[in-house]
Amino acid sequence: MRAGVIVFPGSNCDRDLAKGFAQAGADVTMIWHKETSLPDGLDVIGIPGGFSFGDYLRCGAIAAQSPVSQAIVKHANAGGYVIGICNGFQVLTETGLLPGALMRNAGLKFVCRDVGLRVGTSDSAFTSGYSKDQELTLPVAHHDGNYIVSADLLQELDDADRVAFRYLDNPNGSCGDVAGVLSENRRVLGLMPHPERAIDTQHGGDDGAGLFTSLCAVMENA
Amino acid sequence: MKARVHVMLKAGVLDPQGEAVRHALGALGFEGVTGVRQGKVIELELAEIDADAARATVTKMCEKLLANTVIESYTVEIS
Repeated sequence: MRAGVIVFPGSNCDRDLAKGFAQAGADVTMIWHKETSLPDGLDVIGIPGGFSFGDYLRCGAIAAQSPVSQAIVKHANAGGYVIGICNGFQVLTETGLLPGALMRNAGLKFVCRDVGLRVGTSDSAFTSGYSKDQELTLPVAHHDGNYIVSADLLQELDDADRVAFRYLDNPNGSCGDVAGVLSENRRVLGLMPHPERAIDTQHGGDDGAGLFTSLCAVMENA
Repeated sequence: MKARVHVMLKAGVLDPQGEAVRHALGALGFEGVTGVRQGKVIELELAEIDADAARATVTKMCEKLLANTVIESYTVEIS
């Protein structure tokens, strides 16, 4: 598998994400945000967590207009795989590749702790290594993770089996306890929790490793 | 020309920051504040001299960047 990790000014989980991909066996290329095209032959693009452009205007809003973001949208529209974690999820909603928006946490506080999650679907390259309803523990660290969609759209996401992860105990007020959501073609995933910070039992658990290994397994068999 | 853009959360979208401000006002003894909603004001200096053209351009800016129309609404004033 060939993975590309985007680096914006203010990204701070880019190396962790590269490590997540590499540990699962991927070749990883780091991609600066000023690139106007992506290297050829990438299987998956990772948009990391952090505070791109200092969260100015809205989280992810400026990054979504970066030159590289146009290339990411093109990659996704051509059926390419993209994963956005935390700030990366915010960028994906701002580009319109994923529905909804991420607002200030309902409790107004920055939430930084491990949370319990339930896998909503195993029907995606990202979650095929998990079983539906499997419970995971992953860290969250965000101020704006309160996922907002209309009731109709939430129902639509549910009906289409597009909710990838749900919180067991909602830390931020997200509609429907949604922690991660898939695009219509199931190839773009955005999630607030950090799987790349949970890939080693020596560092607080490895429940996130399955995401990278299932992605690699799907790509190697493609 | 100058443009002033007001960006507010749409009606129906719960505003946690506005709620916190409302509680804080209550704690300071300001009674009878039944609602607070917080938004942004963005001022732009434009080279454009035609008001209609300026309004059209700033509206595009709002749709593309200044507001997230999933959750926010905006108004544009030109002067």
